[in-house]
Amino acid sequence: MMVLENVTKIYRIGTFGGKRLKAVDDVSFEIDEGEIVSLIGESGSGKTTIGKMILRLIRPTSGRILFNGKDIGQFKKNELKDYYRKVQGVFQDPFSSYNPLYKVDRIFDIAREEFFPDIGRNEWKNRIEEKLRSVGLNPLEVLGKFPHQLSGGQLQRLLIARALVMNVRFLVADEIISMLDASTRIDVLNLLAELKDSGLSILFITHDLSLGYYISDKTVILYRGSIMEYGDTEKIFNSPAHPYTISLMESIPRIDERWRMRSAVIQGKEKSIRNGRMCKFYHRCFKGDESCVEPPLIEVEKDHFVRCSKIGT
Amino acid sequence: MKVSLRVENLRIYYRTLRGYVKAVDGVSFEMGDEEVLGVAGESGCGKSTLGNSLILLKPPMTYMEGRVFLDGEEVPIWDNEKMRRFRYRRISIIPQYAMNALNPTKKLKVLMDDLLREHGSDFKSHTAEILRRLKMVNLPESVLNMYPIELSGGMKQRMVMVISTLMNPSLLIADEITSALDVSTQKAVIEMLLEFKSRGFVRKIFFITHDISVLYQIASSILVMYAGKLVEKASTDEILEKPFHPYTEMLISSLPKIGIKYGERKLKGIPGQPPPLLKPPEGCRFKDRCPYRHSKCDEEPPIVEISDDHVVSCWKYA
Repeated sequence: MMVLENVTKIYRIGTFGGKRLKAVDDVSFEIDEGEIVSLIGESGSGKTTIGKMILRLIRPTSGRILFNGKDIGQFKKNELKDYYRKVQGVFQDPFSSYNPLYKVDRIFDIAREEFFPDIGRNEWKNRIEEKLRSVGLNPLEVLGKFPHQLSGGQLQRLLIARALVMNVRFLVADEIISMLDASTRIDVLNLLAELKDSGLSILFITHDLSLGYYISDKTVILYRGSIMEYGDTEKIFNSPAHPYTISLMESIPRIDERWRMRSAVIQGKEKSIRNGRMCKFYHRCFKGDESCVEPPLIEVEKDHFVRCSKIGT
Repeated sequence: MKVSLRVENLRIYYRTLRGYVKAVDGVSFEMGDEEVLGVAGESGCGKSTLGNSLILLKPPMTYMEGRVFLDGEEVPIWDNEKMRRFRYRRISIIPQYAMNALNPTKKLKVLMDDLLREHGSDFKSHTAEILRRLKMVNLPESVLNMYPIELSGGMKQRMVMVISTLMNPSLLIADEITSALDVSTQKAVIEMLLEFKSRGFVRKIFFITHDISVLYQIASSILVMYAGKLVEKASTDEILEKPFHPYTEMLISSLPKIGIKYGERKLKGIPGQPPPLLKPPEGCRFKDRCPYRHSKCDEEPPIVEISDDHVVSCWKYA
C-alpha cells in the first residue's frame, strides 16, 4: 500500500546552510493494508522526517514514496487532495494541534470544508458523533468545548476520530501516546489496534519499544537515518541480531526483570570514525572493528533483515 | 530501617483566584537512610509539588501545614530565609527539564562559581573535586569554558547532575530526570546516579517519575500518589507483586510489557479522569474510577498498615 523506495533526505544546516545532514539515508520498507509498522529509533534517528515525507510535508532529496503504486511526489492539485483524504497524521503534542481560540469542533469543520464539501452538515454531524463514540468519547462531553477544557487523552482521541470521520486508509501516528498518562495511553493503543482490524494501515513512530511490541506486526529499527534491523516484530524482539537492537533491548525498563547495572560510570570510550563509509553504529558497537565498512542489509531468516557485517561471525 | 527523612501530614496548596488547589493534601511518609524512594503517579497528582516543596516554595505554592524532619532536624520549609541553610548543601534537586535550566549567557564555570558563592563558597575551592567528578561522568575539562548551548542534551544532563550534587547533599530530589531521554541514555543516566550514590555524593534519592518500570530498576520502595494524596507505599517488589490499592493495581496492570501482544492479551486502562483539585470530592479521591466503590468511600479513607513498611489508604482494608 505504502512503499518507500531508497528514500534519502538531506537537510542543509548551519547559519548559511553550508553544512549538510543526512537525516534519512537510503531507506526502503513498505506497509501493507491493515498492517501496523513500528518505526523505532532514538531522537535524531530520522523517524519523524520519514513520517513527514509520507505526509508530503517535506520532499525527499532522492528516492520515491509510492501509495498504491503511484509516486506521491508527482501528485498535483486534485490527486493531492485525494491523497490527503486517505492519508493523515496525528502528532505527539495534542495541545499544539489545536488553535486555543476556537472550539475543538473546528478540526471537523475544516476537514469537511476542505475535503468533503458535498456532504451535508447533518450527515457530517452524525458521522462525527458515531466516530467519537467509536474512539470512546461521549460527543456531549467533548463537542463545543475549548481545547483547555479537555485532557490530553481526549484531545488525542478527537484527532484520531477526525481521521476516522474522513475515513482515511493510512495513518501516520508520530509519538502519539508519549505525552499521555499510563492509565489512558493503553486505551489509545487499543484503539489503534482495533482500527487496524477494520483495515486501517498505521505507521507507528515511537521510541518506546514495549509499546511497539504490543501492537505492531512489523518493526523498523532506525539509527542515524539508516535501517539497522527490519522485519517481523516477534522475530526482532525475540532474536535481535544487530548490536544496536540488542543494546536497546537491554535498556528497556521492564517490570519483570532488573537491569544489569554496569559498575563503572564511563562506558566504553567512543571510537572515532575516520572512514565515512564505516557502519554508522561503529563508534558505539561492542563488536565493531576495521572491517565494518558499508554493511549491507542481509536477510538472516524469513522476514528478518539486519545491517551488520558481523552477522554469523 | 533508620529513618532519615520524615514528612508528617504535609499540605501544600496553590493559591488561585478561585480558591486553593489542593496539590499535596495531608501526605505523611518516611524514608530510610541511603534509600532510593520512587514517587509515582499521573500528571497532576502532586508528585512534583511534593518534591519541590522540600526545597523551595515558589508562589503560588502555599504552605498550609505539616512538618518535615531530615536526619533528626526539623526542616523549616515554610521559612524561605531559614531554608537557605538547607538548600543545595543538604537538600538538592535536579529539576524537571534541568537540561534547559542552565543560564545560556554564562560559561558553565562562571555559572558554577555564582551558585557556589551564593552558598558561601566559590569555584576555586572546589576545582579539584569538580574536575574529578567531570571525569567520572565522562565530560572533558574543556566543558567548563563552554556555554550550555555547546553541549548536547546528554552532556547537559550529566553536567546538571554534577552541579546538583557537588555539596554532597543528604537528600537529592530527582524530578522526571529521565523522562525525555531515549532508552539507552535513560539507562546510562540512572547508572551514573546510582554510582554517585554508592560513592556517597548523595545519601538518599527522592526519585519522581510517572514511569513505574524505571522505578522498578532503581527504587527500594515506591510511594504512589493520586490526586494529592498518598494511596500506597511499600517496598518495590511488594508493590509490584501484590498491590493493595485498586489504583495501584490497575495502574500496574495497564503497563505494556515485552511479551504481551494486543492480539493475545488485551491490556486495560483506567476509565475516567482524576478529579479537579480545586474542589476534590469528599472521601476517597479515586472512588469515581474505582470498581470496588461502596458507600463507605464517601468518607475519608484511613491509612491502613498492611505490614511494617506497607501502608495503603483504602476502605477495602479497614
